[in-house]
Amino acid sequence: MAEAIIEVSHLEKRFGDHLVLRDVNFTANKGEVTCIIGSSGSGKSTLLRCINLLETPTSGVIRYRGEDIQSGVIAPGEFHSKVGMVFQSFNLFANLTVLENCVIGQMKVLHRSRKESEENARKYLDRVGMLPYQKARPAQISGGQKQRVAIARALAIDPEVLLFDEPTSALDPEMVGEVLGTMKSLAQSGLTMLVVTHEMAFARDVSNRVVFMDSGVIVEDAPPAELFTHPKHPRTREFLSRFMQG
Amino acid sequence: MQFPTTFFGWVGFLIDQYGGMFLRGTGVTLLIALSGTVLGFLIGLLVAIARTIEPAPRASAVKKALIKLLKGILAVYIEVFRGTPMMVQAMVIYYGAMQYLGLDMPQMLAAVLIVSVNTGAYMAEIIRGGIISVDKGQVEAARSIGMTHWQTMSAIVLPQAVPNIMPSIGNEFVVNIKDSSVLNVISVSELFFMSKSAAGTYYKYFEVFFITALIYLVLTFSITRLLRLLERKMDGDSSYTICGSQSDSRSVIHVPVEKEEA
Repeated sequence: MAEAIIEVSHLEKRFGDHLVLRDVNFTANKGEVTCIIGSSGSGKSTLLRCINLLETPTSGVIRYRGEDIQSGVIAPGEFHSKVGMVFQSFNLFANLTVLENCVIGQMKVLHRSRKESEENARKYLDRVGMLPYQKARPAQISGGQKQRVAIARALAIDPEVLLFDEPTSALDPEMVGEVLGTMKSLAQSGLTMLVVTHEMAFARDVSNRVVFMDSGVIVEDAPPAELFTHPKHPRTREFLSRFMQG
Repeated sequence: MQFPTTFFGWVGFLIDQYGGMFLRGTGVTLLIALSGTVLGFLIGLLVAIARTIEPAPRASAVKKALIKLLKGILAVYIEVFRGTPMMVQAMVIYYGAMQYLGLDMPQMLAAVLIVSVNTGAYMAEIIRGGIISVDKGQVEAARSIGMTHWQTMSAIVLPQAVPNIMPSIGNEFVVNIKDSSVLNVISVSELFFMSKSAAGTYYKYFEVFFITALIYLVLTFSITRLLRLLERKMDGDSSYTICGSQSDSRSVIHVPVEKEEA
């Protein structure tokens, strides 16, 4: 029943002499939430950036619905409208209002009318609780609010998959909750999500699968109940015990 | 005819005699500087955008080679026009076009062409600086929702880059007002050229160029102030409105935003 939507096989990425990803193989299934955990520098973000075409793999293949995303069979624009991304540093368009941030992709990429785009944008802004701020500029709202707008912006182009690159790491502890709450409700709606995170509670409670990465390789890939309670690999145990001690 | 005896007497006399020439020269100078700066800005934009194009890693070899060639040509253009005096460029272009292309350009056209192309080389670098100054995350975010390079540049990057480089663009305009004076070598009837003609009649170089200096100063000073005003305008609204709060959907909250003093 699990339908693979993104398949990564034998992915390798080097920055100069530095090997960041080594023979990474994994699959994201439709409608599932997959969390990628691991210490900083383990290659989690690079993996996500490769999937989003922001980095070019040194070797290996990434398939979206069976098509190699590097081959040009799927145009980059079309691919990006199917696979959205939420960044650690939000990256809201600083020159546009909150509403325009959610409108621009729909108009430029999906060629929707302004009216339709705005209606759609308002729907998603409402969903993340940011509709009252539609006229504000990114510089005028808080980090948590920015991240919720960024999620609405990504949703507005109706992606099938949403990638989250440490979406709460740049936030005050007080604002983490509002963003995780939004993500939780998205997960319940059946959106396919791939989340790089340090929020272990989120990974444990919300995800269908947890992938643990260390020094550029996937060490363990299991359902959260299994990975958090009976980690198989010593490296996973070490990482988790350090995290649980806080 | 009775000639004045004092410095200010001469100044008054020359203004009286050549006021029209000064005015026409000032007009021509302004026209050249303004159109040269605007056209130079447009050239700079195109060049700077072209220089930011990165071919996709799996683009065809021909496409990659073409992009490389284009970038090479643009780099040469910038080096040549920044590395030689505009006065020399004027001579080379004007007389070169005449002798080898049989093109007898009207002086005004030649003047605007030379100033634009020269300014374009500087603008390309200024705009490139502006583009680099925009956070890379903005480009990544635009790409991640599927926008093309051109869409990203025109809708996201440049609207942020251009306000940042407004002071430098204004600077170019002021420089062009002053440096268009070198175009007198190809007999463009701008302010310096007109002044030289006026000074020659009575051999009153000091008095005439005193007036000329004043005109240049008034021009550059007032334009600098105007540009400052424009910069403030481009900073945009200083407030925003929240429509509807969590407790009352009809409430309207107006939030003024503290603005940095320019």
